[in-house]
Amino acid sequence: MPEMIVLKDLTKRFGPLVAVDNVSLTVGIGEVLGFLGPNGAGKSTTMRMITGFIEPTSGTAEVCGHDVVRDPVAVKRRIGYLPEGAPTYGDMTPESYLGFIAEIRGFDGADKRRRINEVAAKVELGEVMCQPIETLSKGFKRRVGLAQAMIHDPDILIMDEPTDGLDPNQKHQVRSLIREMAVNKAIVVSTHILEEVEAVCSRAVIIARGRLLADGTPEELVARASNHNAVVIAVDAAHAETARRHLESLSSVKAVDSIGLSDGVARLRVMPRNAGLIAADIGELARAKNIPVREMFVERGALDEVFRAITTGSPGSRAGAADA
Amino acid sequence: MRNIAVIAKREIASYFATPLAYIFIVIFLALTGAFAFYVGGFFIREQADLEPFFVYHPWLYLMLIPAVAMRLWAEERKTGTIEVLMTLPVTTTEAVLGKYLAAWGFSGIALALTFPMWITVNVLGSPDNGVITASYIGSFLMAGAFLAIGSCISSLTKNQVIAFIVAATVCFLFTLSGLELVLNFFRAWAPELLIRTIASMSFLTHFTAVTKGVIEFRDLIFFASLIVFWLFANVVAVDFRKAA
Repeated sequence: MPEMIVLKDLTKRFGPLVAVDNVSLTVGIGEVLGFLGPNGAGKSTTMRMITGFIEPTSGTAEVCGHDVVRDPVAVKRRIGYLPEGAPTYGDMTPESYLGFIAEIRGFDGADKRRRINEVAAKVELGEVMCQPIETLSKGFKRRVGLAQAMIHDPDILIMDEPTDGLDPNQKHQVRSLIREMAVNKAIVVSTHILEEVEAVCSRAVIIARGRLLADGTPEELVARASNHNAVVIAVDAAHAETARRHLESLSSVKAVDSIGLSDGVARLRVMPRNAGLIAADIGELARAKNIPVREMFVERGALDEVFRAITTGSPGSRAGAADA
Repeated sequence: MRNIAVIAKREIASYFATPLAYIFIVIFLALTGAFAFYVGGFFIREQADLEPFFVYHPWLYLMLIPAVAMRLWAEERKTGTIEVLMTLPVTTTEAVLGKYLAAWGFSGIALALTFPMWITVNVLGSPDNGVITASYIGSFLMAGAFLAIGSCISSLTKNQVIAFIVAATVCFLFTLSGLELVLNFFRAWAPELLIRTIASMSFLTHFTAVTKGVIEFRDLIFFASLIVFWLFANVVAVDFRKAA
Protein backbone atom coordinates (compact mmCIF):
# COMPACT_ATOMS: atom_id res chain seq x y z
CA MET A 1 0.00 0.00 0.00
CA PRO A 2 1.86 3.13 -1.19
CA GLU A 3 1.80 5.89 1.37
CA MET A 4 0.26 9.04 -0.07
CA ILE A 5 0.06 11.25 2.99
CA VAL A 6 2.73 11.17 5.66
CA LEU A 7 2.43 13.43 8.69
CA LYS A 8 5.30 13.64 11.16
CA ASP A 9 4.88 15.43 14.48
CA LEU A 10 2.63 17.95 12.82
CA THR A 11 1.95 20.86 15.18
CA LYS A 12 0.07 24.12 14.79
CA ARG A 13 -0.09 26.84 17.40
CA PHE A 14 -2.25 29.93 17.22
CA GLY A 15 -0.65 32.10 19.85
CA PRO A 16 -0.97 30.25 23.14
CA LEU A 17 -3.51 27.81 21.69
CA VAL A 18 -2.18 24.48 20.48
CA ALA A 19 -4.64 23.54 17.74
CA VAL A 20 -2.80 20.47 16.53
CA ASP A 21 -0.33 18.75 18.82
CA ASN A 22 2.30 16.39 17.43
CA VAL A 23 0.10 14.44 15.06
CA SER A 24 1.80 11.66 13.11
CA LEU A 25 0.00 9.38 10.71
CA THR A 26 0.07 7.94 7.21
CA VAL A 27 -2.67 7.33 4.71
CA GLY A 28 -2.32 4.96 1.77
CA ILE A 29 -4.11 4.32 -1.52
CA GLY A 30 -7.38 2.48 -1.05
CA GLU A 31 -7.90 3.83 2.43
CA VAL A 32 -10.76 6.00 3.59
CA LEU A 33 -9.55 7.61 6.77
CA GLY A 34 -12.13 9.18 9.05
CA PHE A 35 -11.07 12.10 11.21
CA LEU A 36 -13.27 11.95 14.24
CA GLY A 37 -13.40 14.50 16.95
CA PRO A 38 -15.51 17.06 18.74
CA ASN A 39 -15.82 20.54 17.27
CA GLY A 40 -12.61 22.48 17.68
CA ALA A 41 -10.54 19.33 18.06
CA GLY A 42 -8.12 20.29 15.30
CA LYS A 43 -9.57 18.29 12.42
CA SER A 44 -9.94 21.22 10.04
CA THR A 45 -6.59 22.69 11.04
CA THR A 46 -4.88 19.37 10.25
CA MET A 47 -6.61 19.21 6.88
CA ARG A 48 -5.65 22.80 6.12
CA MET A 49 -2.03 21.96 6.78
CA ILE A 50 -2.12 18.88 4.54
CA THR A 51 -3.66 20.91 1.72
CA GLY A 52 -1.13 23.71 2.12
CA PHE A 53 -3.64 26.36 3.14
CA ILE A 54 -1.82 27.08 6.39
CA GLU A 55 1.74 26.30 7.34
CA PRO A 56 2.56 24.05 10.28
CA THR A 57 4.34 25.58 13.28
CA SER A 58 6.56 22.52 13.39
CA GLY A 59 6.66 19.01 12.02
CA THR A 60 6.21 18.02 8.39
CA ALA A 61 3.47 16.93 6.06
CA GLU A 62 4.34 15.11 2.86
CA VAL A 63 1.93 14.39 0.06
CA CYS A 64 3.07 11.97 -2.65
CA GLY A 65 6.63 12.63 -1.54
CA HIS A 66 6.33 16.43 -1.81
CA ASP A 67 6.80 18.53 1.28
CA VAL A 68 3.82 20.82 1.81
CA VAL A 69 5.89 23.81 2.88
CA ARG A 70 8.70 23.49 0.36
CA ASP A 71 6.67 22.52 -2.70
CA PRO A 72 3.08 23.58 -2.05
CA VAL A 73 2.04 23.83 -5.70
CA ALA A 74 3.08 20.22 -6.44
CA VAL A 75 1.10 19.08 -3.41
CA LYS A 76 -1.96 21.12 -4.40
CA ARG A 77 -1.86 19.60 -7.86
CA ARG A 78 -2.28 16.09 -6.44
CA ILE A 79 -5.01 16.92 -3.94
CA GLY A 80 -8.71 17.51 -4.31
CA TYR A 81 -9.99 19.47 -1.34
CA LEU A 82 -13.47 20.25 -0.13
CA PRO A 83 -13.16 22.87 2.62
CA GLU A 84 -15.61 23.00 5.50
CA GLY A 85 -18.99 24.33 4.36
CA ALA A 86 -18.05 23.82 0.69
CA PRO A 87 -17.47 27.50 -0.17
CA THR A 88 -18.03 28.44 -3.82
CA TYR A 89 -18.30 31.67 -5.79
CA GLY A 90 -22.02 32.33 -5.47
CA ASP A 91 -22.32 34.62 -8.48
CA MET A 92 -20.98 31.97 -10.84
CA THR A 93 -22.91 29.06 -12.32
CA PRO A 94 -21.68 25.49 -11.69
CA GLU A 95 -20.77 25.47 -15.37
CA SER A 96 -18.50 28.52 -15.20
CA TYR A 97 -17.17 27.65 -11.75
CA LEU A 98 -16.11 24.15 -12.78
CA GLY A 99 -14.70 25.65 -15.98
CA PHE A 100 -12.53 27.96 -13.89
CA ILE A 101 -11.32 25.11 -11.66
CA ALA A 102 -10.59 22.92 -14.71
CA GLU A 103 -8.56 25.68 -16.36
CA ILE A 104 -6.55 26.35 -13.21
CA ARG A 105 -5.93 22.60 -13.02
CA GLY A 106 -4.52 22.79 -16.54
CA PHE A 107 -7.29 21.38 -18.72
CA ASP A 108 -8.25 22.98 -22.01
CA GLY A 109 -10.69 22.68 -24.85
CA ALA A 110 -12.26 19.26 -25.36
CA ASP A 111 -10.48 17.77 -22.36
CA LYS A 112 -11.89 20.48 -20.11
CA ARG A 113 -15.39 19.99 -21.55
CA ARG A 114 -15.20 16.23 -21.03
CA ARG A 115 -14.06 16.56 -17.41
CA ILE A 116 -16.79 19.05 -16.55
CA ASN A 117 -19.44 16.79 -18.07
CA GLU A 118 -18.08 13.69 -16.36
CA VAL A 119 -17.87 15.21 -12.93
CA ALA A 120 -21.25 16.92 -13.29
CA ALA A 121 -22.79 13.56 -14.17
CA LYS A 122 -21.06 11.88 -11.23
CA VAL A 123 -22.48 14.29 -8.66
CA GLU A 124 -25.74 14.72 -10.63
CA LEU A 125 -25.66 18.44 -11.27
CA GLY A 126 -27.38 18.12 -14.63
CA GLU A 127 -30.35 20.45 -14.40
CA VAL A 128 -28.71 23.25 -12.42
CA MET A 129 -25.51 23.70 -14.43
CA CYS A 130 -26.56 27.12 -15.69
CA GLN A 131 -28.08 28.62 -12.53
CA PRO A 132 -26.10 30.93 -10.25
CA ILE A 133 -24.72 28.84 -7.39
CA GLU A 134 -26.12 31.20 -4.75
CA THR A 135 -29.66 30.31 -5.87
CA LEU A 136 -29.11 26.55 -5.42
CA SER A 137 -30.18 24.41 -2.48
CA LYS A 138 -27.66 23.36 0.12
CA GLY A 139 -27.45 19.86 -1.33
CA PHE A 140 -26.60 21.17 -4.78
CA LYS A 141 -24.07 23.64 -3.39
CA ARG A 142 -22.35 20.78 -1.60
CA ARG A 143 -22.32 18.78 -4.80
CA VAL A 144 -20.74 21.68 -6.68
CA GLY A 145 -18.05 21.71 -3.99
CA LEU A 146 -17.52 17.97 -4.40
CA ALA A 147 -17.30 18.32 -8.16
CA GLN A 148 -14.67 21.02 -7.67
CA ALA A 149 -12.59 18.64 -5.56
CA MET A 150 -12.95 15.71 -7.96
CA ILE A 151 -12.64 17.33 -11.37
CA HIS A 152 -8.97 16.42 -11.88
CA ASP A 153 -9.44 12.87 -10.59
CA PRO A 154 -6.88 13.40 -7.81
CA ASP A 155 -5.03 10.61 -6.06
CA ILE A 156 -5.82 12.24 -2.78
CA LEU A 157 -9.17 13.55 -1.74
CA ILE A 158 -9.60 15.56 1.44
CA MET A 159 -13.09 16.46 2.53
CA ASP A 160 -13.98 18.47 5.59
CA GLU A 161 -17.41 17.39 6.80
CA PRO A 162 -18.72 16.48 3.35
CA THR A 163 -22.18 15.49 4.56
CA ASP A 164 -22.72 18.22 7.16
CA GLY A 165 -26.15 19.78 6.81
CA LEU A 166 -27.41 17.43 4.12
CA ASP A 167 -30.66 15.51 4.36
CA PRO A 168 -30.52 11.71 4.84
CA ASN A 169 -30.89 10.96 1.13
CA GLN A 170 -28.15 13.38 0.19
CA LYS A 171 -25.91 11.96 2.91
CA HIS A 172 -26.45 8.50 1.52
CA GLN A 173 -25.57 9.73 -1.95
CA VAL A 174 -22.34 11.41 -0.85
CA ARG A 175 -21.30 8.34 1.11
CA SER A 176 -21.89 6.04 -1.86
CA LEU A 177 -19.79 8.40 -3.94
CA ILE A 178 -16.96 8.27 -1.43
CA ARG A 179 -17.08 4.46 -1.26
CA GLU A 180 -17.01 4.23 -5.05
CA MET A 181 -13.96 6.45 -5.32
CA ALA A 182 -12.10 4.77 -2.49
CA VAL A 183 -10.68 1.98 -4.64
CA ASN A 184 -7.80 3.88 -6.18
CA LYS A 185 -7.48 6.95 -3.99
CA ALA A 186 -6.39 7.93 -0.54
CA ILE A 187 -9.35 9.69 1.03
CA VAL A 188 -9.52 11.65 4.26
CA VAL A 189 -12.95 12.61 5.58
CA SER A 190 -13.62 14.55 8.74
CA THR A 191 -16.87 14.19 10.56
CA HIS A 192 -18.49 14.21 13.93
CA ILE A 193 -21.24 11.89 12.77
CA LEU A 194 -20.24 8.49 14.08
CA GLU A 195 -22.51 6.40 11.89
CA GLU A 196 -20.70 7.90 8.94
CA VAL A 197 -17.44 6.39 10.08
CA GLU A 198 -18.92 2.92 10.14
CA ALA A 199 -20.61 3.57 6.80
CA VAL A 200 -17.64 4.77 4.75
CA CYS A 201 -14.32 4.60 6.57
CA SER A 202 -11.84 1.77 6.41
CA ARG A 203 -9.92 3.37 9.25
CA ALA A 204 -10.63 6.05 11.82
CA VAL A 205 -8.58 8.27 14.04
CA ILE A 206 -9.99 10.13 17.00
CA ILE A 207 -8.66 13.62 17.63
CA ALA A 208 -9.40 15.76 20.65
CA ARG A 209 -7.71 18.95 21.83
CA GLY A 210 -5.28 18.62 18.94
CA ARG A 211 -4.02 15.19 19.94
CA LEU A 212 -4.42 11.94 18.11
CA LEU A 213 -5.96 9.64 20.70
CA ALA A 214 -6.92 6.51 18.85
CA ASP A 215 -6.29 4.92 15.47
CA GLY A 216 -7.90 1.76 14.12
CA THR A 217 -10.63 0.27 11.97
CA PRO A 218 -14.17 1.18 13.03
CA GLU A 219 -14.54 -2.40 14.33
CA GLU A 220 -11.45 -2.08 16.46
CA LEU A 221 -12.74 1.17 17.90
CA VAL A 222 -16.13 -0.31 18.66
CA ALA A 223 -14.37 -3.20 20.40
CA ARG A 224 -13.19 -0.68 22.96
CA ALA A 225 -16.72 -0.05 24.18
CA SER A 226 -17.27 -1.23 27.75
CA ASN A 227 -20.20 -3.37 26.71
CA HIS A 228 -18.57 -4.87 23.62
CA ASN A 229 -19.61 -8.55 23.34
CA ALA A 230 -21.71 -8.31 26.48
CA VAL A 231 -24.75 -10.59 26.41
CA VAL A 232 -28.15 -9.43 27.50
CA ILE A 233 -30.59 -12.15 28.56
CA ALA A 234 -34.18 -11.94 29.69
CA VAL A 235 -35.52 -14.45 32.20
CA ASP A 236 -38.65 -14.69 34.36
CA ALA A 237 -38.23 -12.59 37.47
CA ALA A 238 -38.61 -15.74 39.58
CA HIS A 239 -35.47 -17.22 38.03
CA ALA A 240 -33.45 -14.04 38.06
CA GLU A 241 -31.52 -14.68 41.25
CA THR A 242 -30.64 -18.27 40.34
CA ALA A 243 -29.58 -17.23 36.88
CA ARG A 244 -27.39 -14.47 38.24
CA ARG A 245 -25.68 -16.84 40.70
CA HIS A 246 -24.96 -19.45 38.02
CA LEU A 247 -23.76 -16.90 35.52
CA GLU A 248 -21.37 -15.34 37.99
CA SER A 249 -19.82 -18.72 38.55
CA LEU A 250 -18.78 -18.98 34.89
CA SER A 251 -15.05 -18.41 34.44
CA SER A 252 -15.53 -16.39 31.22
CA VAL A 253 -17.89 -13.94 32.91
CA LYS A 254 -16.61 -10.83 34.62
CA ALA A 255 -19.82 -9.41 36.05
CA VAL A 256 -23.56 -9.60 35.85
CA ASP A 257 -25.66 -6.44 36.06
CA SER A 258 -29.37 -6.26 36.42
CA ILE A 259 -30.58 -3.73 33.87
CA GLY A 260 -34.33 -3.84 34.32
CA LEU A 261 -37.46 -5.54 35.42
CA SER A 262 -40.75 -5.23 33.58
CA ASP A 263 -43.86 -7.39 33.31
CA GLY A 264 -42.28 -10.06 35.43
CA VAL A 265 -39.26 -10.32 33.11
CA ALA A 266 -35.78 -9.47 34.38
CA ARG A 267 -33.00 -8.39 32.08
CA LEU A 268 -29.41 -9.13 32.93
CA ARG A 269 -26.32 -7.85 31.18
CA VAL A 270 -23.51 -10.34 31.34
CA MET A 271 -20.12 -8.75 30.93
CA PRO A 272 -17.44 -11.00 29.48
CA ARG A 273 -13.88 -11.18 30.71
CA ASN A 274 -11.49 -9.60 28.14
CA ALA A 275 -14.37 -8.96 25.75
CA GLY A 276 -14.53 -12.68 24.96
CA LEU A 277 -17.43 -14.42 23.25
CA ILE A 278 -19.68 -15.85 25.93
CA ALA A 279 -23.00 -16.48 24.21
CA ALA A 280 -22.28 -20.19 23.74
CA ASP A 281 -21.26 -20.65 27.41
CA ILE A 282 -24.41 -18.94 28.56
CA GLY A 283 -26.60 -21.03 26.29
CA GLU A 284 -25.03 -24.22 27.60
CA LEU A 285 -25.41 -23.07 31.18
CA ALA A 286 -29.06 -22.22 30.67
CA ARG A 287 -29.77 -25.67 29.28
CA ALA A 288 -27.77 -27.47 31.96
CA LYS A 289 -29.35 -25.56 34.85
CA ASN A 290 -32.75 -25.49 33.20
CA ILE A 291 -33.17 -21.73 33.23
CA PRO A 292 -35.87 -20.65 30.75
CA VAL A 293 -34.30 -17.85 28.70
CA ARG A 294 -36.85 -15.69 26.97
CA GLU A 295 -34.57 -13.56 24.93
CA MET A 296 -30.84 -13.27 24.39
CA PHE A 297 -28.61 -11.05 22.28
CA VAL A 298 -25.00 -9.93 21.99
CA GLU A 299 -24.21 -6.22 22.29
CA ARG A 300 -21.65 -4.80 19.88
CA GLY A 301 -21.04 -1.61 21.76
CA ALA A 302 -21.62 1.87 20.45
CA LEU A 303 -19.04 4.03 18.77
CA ASP A 304 -20.49 7.08 20.52
CA GLU A 305 -19.62 5.62 23.85
CA VAL A 306 -16.05 4.93 22.78
CA PHE A 307 -15.86 8.39 21.26
CA ARG A 308 -17.13 10.05 24.44
CA ALA A 309 -14.86 8.01 26.64
CA ILE A 310 -11.79 8.80 24.56
CA THR A 311 -12.45 12.46 23.87
CA THR A 312 -13.51 13.40 27.37
CA GLY A 313 -10.92 11.14 28.96
CA SER A 314 -13.54 9.66 31.30
CA PRO A 315 -13.25 6.12 32.62
CA GLY A 316 -15.89 3.49 32.08
CA SER A 317 -14.44 2.10 28.91
CA ARG A 318 -11.48 -0.04 28.11
CA ALA A 319 -10.33 2.60 25.65
CA GLY A 320 -7.47 3.76 27.83
CA ALA A 321 -6.23 0.26 28.53
CA ALA A 322 -6.20 -0.81 24.92
CA ASP A 323 -4.53 2.37 23.73
CA ALA A 324 -0.98 1.65 22.77
CA MET B 1 1.30 33.44 -16.56
CA ARG B 2 -1.51 31.11 -17.51
CA ASN B 3 -2.78 30.95 -13.95
CA ILE B 4 -2.75 34.74 -13.68
CA ALA B 5 -4.81 34.97 -16.85
CA VAL B 6 -7.32 32.33 -15.67
CA ILE B 7 -7.79 34.07 -12.33
CA ALA B 8 -8.10 37.49 -13.97
CA LYS B 9 -10.66 36.13 -16.41
CA ARG B 10 -12.80 34.70 -13.63
CA GLU B 11 -12.57 37.91 -11.67
CA ILE B 12 -13.55 40.13 -14.61
CA ALA B 13 -16.46 37.82 -15.41
CA SER B 14 -17.68 38.15 -11.83
CA TYR B 15 -17.72 41.96 -12.12
CA PHE B 16 -20.09 41.64 -15.02
CA ALA B 17 -22.14 38.83 -13.46
CA THR B 18 -23.49 41.36 -10.96
CA PRO B 19 -24.78 44.91 -11.52
CA LEU B 20 -21.54 46.18 -9.95
CA ALA B 21 -19.72 46.67 -13.22
CA TYR B 22 -22.56 48.51 -14.93
CA ILE B 23 -23.29 50.74 -11.96
CA PHE B 24 -19.64 51.61 -11.61
CA ILE B 25 -19.20 52.44 -15.27
CA VAL B 26 -22.38 54.52 -15.49
CA ILE B 27 -21.54 56.50 -12.37
CA PHE B 28 -17.94 56.99 -13.42
CA LEU B 29 -18.98 58.30 -16.83
CA ALA B 30 -21.72 60.50 -15.39
CA LEU B 31 -19.43 62.01 -12.77
CA THR B 32 -16.44 62.59 -15.04
CA GLY B 33 -18.82 64.31 -17.46
CA ALA B 34 -20.58 66.33 -14.79
CA PHE B 35 -17.34 67.55 -13.24
CA ALA B 36 -15.84 68.45 -16.59
CA PHE B 37 -18.89 70.36 -17.86
CA TYR B 38 -20.31 71.98 -14.74
CA VAL B 39 -17.46 72.32 -12.28
CA GLY B 40 -14.54 72.41 -14.66
CA GLY B 41 -16.24 74.79 -17.09
CA PHE B 42 -15.42 72.73 -20.16
CA PHE B 43 -17.22 75.12 -22.55
CA ILE B 44 -16.72 78.37 -20.70
CA ARG B 45 -12.94 78.09 -20.94
CA GLU B 46 -13.22 78.04 -24.72
CA GLN B 47 -10.14 75.91 -25.00
CA ALA B 48 -9.93 72.68 -26.92
CA ASP B 49 -8.35 70.50 -24.28
CA LEU B 50 -9.38 67.94 -21.67
CA GLU B 51 -7.81 69.52 -18.63
CA PRO B 52 -11.14 70.21 -16.88
CA PHE B 53 -11.93 66.54 -17.47
CA PHE B 54 -8.74 65.02 -16.09
CA VAL B 55 -8.27 67.40 -13.20
CA TYR B 56 -11.07 65.74 -11.23
CA HIS B 57 -9.92 62.18 -11.79
CA PRO B 58 -7.93 61.90 -8.54
CA TRP B 59 -11.02 62.94 -6.59
CA LEU B 60 -13.31 60.55 -8.40
CA TYR B 61 -10.86 57.71 -8.00
CA LEU B 62 -10.64 58.49 -4.33
CA MET B 63 -14.24 57.47 -3.95
CA LEU B 64 -14.73 54.94 -6.73
CA ILE B 65 -11.53 52.89 -6.80
CA PRO B 66 -11.67 51.74 -3.17
CA ALA B 67 -15.20 50.57 -3.99
CA VAL B 68 -13.83 48.34 -6.75
CA ALA B 69 -10.91 47.14 -4.66
CA MET B 70 -12.74 46.48 -1.40
CA ARG B 71 -14.22 43.18 -2.49
CA LEU B 72 -11.06 41.72 -4.06
CA TRP B 73 -9.92 39.79 -0.97
CA ALA B 74 -12.34 40.73 1.79
CA GLU B 75 -15.14 38.91 -0.01
CA GLU B 76 -13.03 35.79 -0.56
CA ARG B 77 -12.21 35.74 3.12
CA LYS B 78 -15.79 36.37 4.17
CA THR B 79 -17.27 33.59 2.06
CA GLY B 80 -14.39 31.19 2.62
CA THR B 81 -13.64 30.83 -1.09
CA ILE B 82 -10.10 31.94 -0.30
CA GLU B 83 -9.61 28.42 1.03
CA VAL B 84 -10.57 26.98 -2.34
CA LEU B 85 -8.48 29.51 -4.27
CA MET B 86 -5.36 29.10 -2.14
CA THR B 87 -5.48 25.31 -2.23
CA LEU B 88 -5.59 25.28 -6.02
CA PRO B 89 -2.18 24.85 -7.64
CA VAL B 90 -1.43 28.58 -7.85
CA THR B 91 1.06 30.70 -5.95
CA THR B 92 -0.04 33.63 -3.81
CA THR B 93 1.69 36.01 -6.21
CA GLU B 94 -0.28 34.62 -9.14
CA ALA B 95 -3.54 34.99 -7.24
CA VAL B 96 -2.74 38.56 -6.17
CA LEU B 97 -1.66 39.59 -9.67
CA GLY B 98 -4.62 37.90 -11.35
CA LYS B 99 -7.12 39.68 -9.16
CA TYR B 100 -5.30 42.98 -9.34
CA LEU B 101 -4.98 42.92 -13.13
CA ALA B 102 -8.67 42.12 -13.44
CA ALA B 103 -9.58 45.14 -11.33
CA TRP B 104 -7.11 47.36 -13.17
CA GLY B 105 -8.36 46.12 -16.52
CA PHE B 106 -11.88 46.87 -15.40
CA SER B 107 -11.04 50.42 -14.38
CA GLY B 108 -9.25 50.71 -17.73
CA ILE B 109 -12.49 49.77 -19.49
CA ALA B 110 -14.35 52.47 -17.57
CA LEU B 111 -11.68 55.01 -18.43
CA ALA B 112 -11.65 54.00 -22.10
CA LEU B 113 -15.42 54.53 -22.28
CA THR B 114 -14.84 58.25 -21.75
CA PHE B 115 -13.64 58.41 -25.36
CA PRO B 116 -16.60 60.58 -26.49
CA MET B 117 -14.96 63.42 -24.54
CA TRP B 118 -11.87 63.04 -26.66
CA ILE B 119 -13.90 62.97 -29.84
CA THR B 120 -15.85 66.03 -28.72
CA VAL B 121 -12.77 68.22 -28.23
CA ASN B 122 -11.45 67.09 -31.58
CA VAL B 123 -14.70 68.04 -33.25
CA LEU B 124 -14.85 71.40 -31.51
CA GLY B 125 -11.27 72.40 -32.05
CA SER B 126 -7.78 71.06 -32.48
CA PRO B 127 -6.44 69.96 -29.10
CA ASP B 128 -2.95 68.67 -28.40
CA ASN B 129 -3.68 64.96 -28.67
CA GLY B 130 -0.25 64.14 -27.24
CA VAL B 131 -1.20 65.84 -24.00
CA ILE B 132 -4.49 63.96 -23.93
CA THR B 133 -2.77 60.61 -24.53
CA ALA B 134 -0.32 61.33 -21.75
CA SER B 135 -3.18 62.31 -19.47
CA TYR B 136 -5.00 59.08 -20.17
CA ILE B 137 -1.85 57.10 -19.40
CA GLY B 138 -1.35 59.09 -16.21
CA SER B 139 -4.94 58.58 -15.15
CA PHE B 140 -4.70 54.86 -15.80
CA LEU B 141 -1.48 54.59 -13.80
CA MET B 142 -2.99 56.52 -10.94
CA ALA B 143 -6.01 54.20 -10.94
CA GLY B 144 -3.54 51.31 -10.78
CA ALA B 145 -1.82 52.79 -7.75
CA PHE B 146 -5.12 53.41 -5.96
CA LEU B 147 -6.14 49.83 -6.74
CA ALA B 148 -2.92 48.33 -5.42
CA ILE B 149 -3.49 50.16 -2.13
CA GLY B 150 -7.12 49.05 -2.05
CA SER B 151 -6.30 45.44 -2.89
CA CYS B 152 -3.71 45.20 -0.14
CA ILE B 153 -6.04 46.70 2.45
CA SER B 154 -8.87 44.44 1.30
CA SER B 155 -6.72 41.42 2.15
CA LEU B 156 -6.38 42.56 5.75
CA THR B 157 -10.06 42.33 6.64
CA LYS B 158 -13.16 40.25 6.07
CA ASN B 159 -15.30 43.35 6.18
CA GLN B 160 -15.73 45.20 2.90
CA VAL B 161 -16.93 48.40 4.55
CA ILE B 162 -13.78 48.57 6.65
CA ALA B 163 -11.71 47.81 3.56
CA PHE B 164 -13.42 50.68 1.73
CA ILE B 165 -13.01 53.27 4.48
CA VAL B 166 -9.40 52.45 5.28
CA ALA B 167 -8.41 52.28 1.61
CA ALA B 168 -10.14 55.58 0.87
CA THR B 169 -8.34 57.21 3.79
CA VAL B 170 -4.92 55.93 2.75
CA CYS B 171 -5.57 57.01 -0.84
CA PHE B 172 -6.69 60.40 0.46
CA LEU B 173 -3.41 60.86 2.31
CA PHE B 174 -1.42 59.87 -0.76
CA THR B 175 -3.42 62.23 -2.93
CA LEU B 176 -3.10 65.21 -0.64
CA SER B 177 0.41 64.84 0.63
CA GLY B 178 1.71 67.43 -1.84
CA LEU B 179 -0.69 70.19 -0.82
CA GLU B 180 0.50 73.11 1.30
CA LEU B 181 -2.27 72.32 3.73
CA VAL B 182 -0.62 69.04 4.62
CA LEU B 183 2.97 70.15 4.23
CA ASN B 184 2.50 73.17 6.52
CA PHE B 185 1.47 70.81 9.23
CA PHE B 186 4.83 69.06 8.97
CA ARG B 187 6.90 72.18 8.26
CA ALA B 188 6.62 73.37 11.82
CA TRP B 189 8.64 70.51 13.21
CA ALA B 190 9.79 67.98 10.60
CA PRO B 191 13.17 68.07 8.86
CA GLU B 192 13.29 69.28 5.29
CA LEU B 193 14.12 65.81 3.98
CA LEU B 194 10.96 64.31 5.45
CA ILE B 195 8.85 67.10 4.02
CA ARG B 196 10.35 66.59 0.60
CA THR B 197 9.68 62.85 0.88
CA ILE B 198 6.08 63.43 1.87
CA ALA B 199 5.59 65.94 -0.91
CA SER B 200 7.09 63.56 -3.45
CA MET B 201 4.56 60.89 -2.47
CA SER B 202 1.70 62.98 -3.72
CA PHE B 203 -0.45 61.46 -6.42
CA LEU B 204 -1.67 64.92 -7.26
CA THR B 205 1.81 66.28 -7.93
CA HIS B 206 2.78 63.38 -10.15
CA PHE B 207 -0.55 63.21 -11.93
CA THR B 208 -0.61 66.95 -12.62
CA ALA B 209 2.91 66.67 -14.03
CA VAL B 210 1.78 63.96 -16.43
CA THR B 211 -1.36 65.83 -17.53
CA LYS B 212 0.81 68.70 -18.64
CA GLY B 213 1.79 66.36 -21.43
CA VAL B 214 5.23 65.46 -20.21
CA ILE B 215 5.56 61.84 -19.20
CA GLU B 216 8.66 61.99 -17.12
CA PHE B 217 10.56 58.93 -16.13
CA ARG B 218 10.35 59.70 -12.44
CA ASP B 219 6.55 59.96 -12.57
CA LEU B 220 6.34 56.54 -14.19
CA ILE B 221 8.79 55.15 -11.65
CA PHE B 222 6.73 56.68 -8.87
CA PHE B 223 3.50 54.99 -9.86
CA ALA B 224 5.18 51.72 -10.84
CA SER B 225 7.12 51.41 -7.59
CA LEU B 226 4.05 52.30 -5.58
CA ILE B 227 2.08 49.55 -7.32
CA VAL B 228 4.87 47.02 -6.83
CA PHE B 229 5.25 47.92 -3.17
CA TRP B 230 1.56 47.63 -2.33
CA LEU B 231 1.14 44.40 -4.29
CA PHE B 232 4.13 42.93 -2.51
CA ALA B 233 2.53 43.90 0.79
CA ASN B 234 -0.66 42.34 -0.53
CA VAL B 235 1.08 38.99 -1.14
CA VAL B 236 2.57 39.05 2.34
CA ALA B 237 -0.78 39.95 3.87
CA VAL B 238 -2.60 37.15 2.05
CA ASP B 239 0.03 34.63 3.13
CA PHE B 240 -0.16 35.63 6.74
CA ARG B 241 -3.81 36.38 7.19
CA LYS B 242 -5.63 34.06 4.82
CA ALA B 243 -6.69 31.65 7.52
CA ALA B 244 -7.40 34.21 10.23
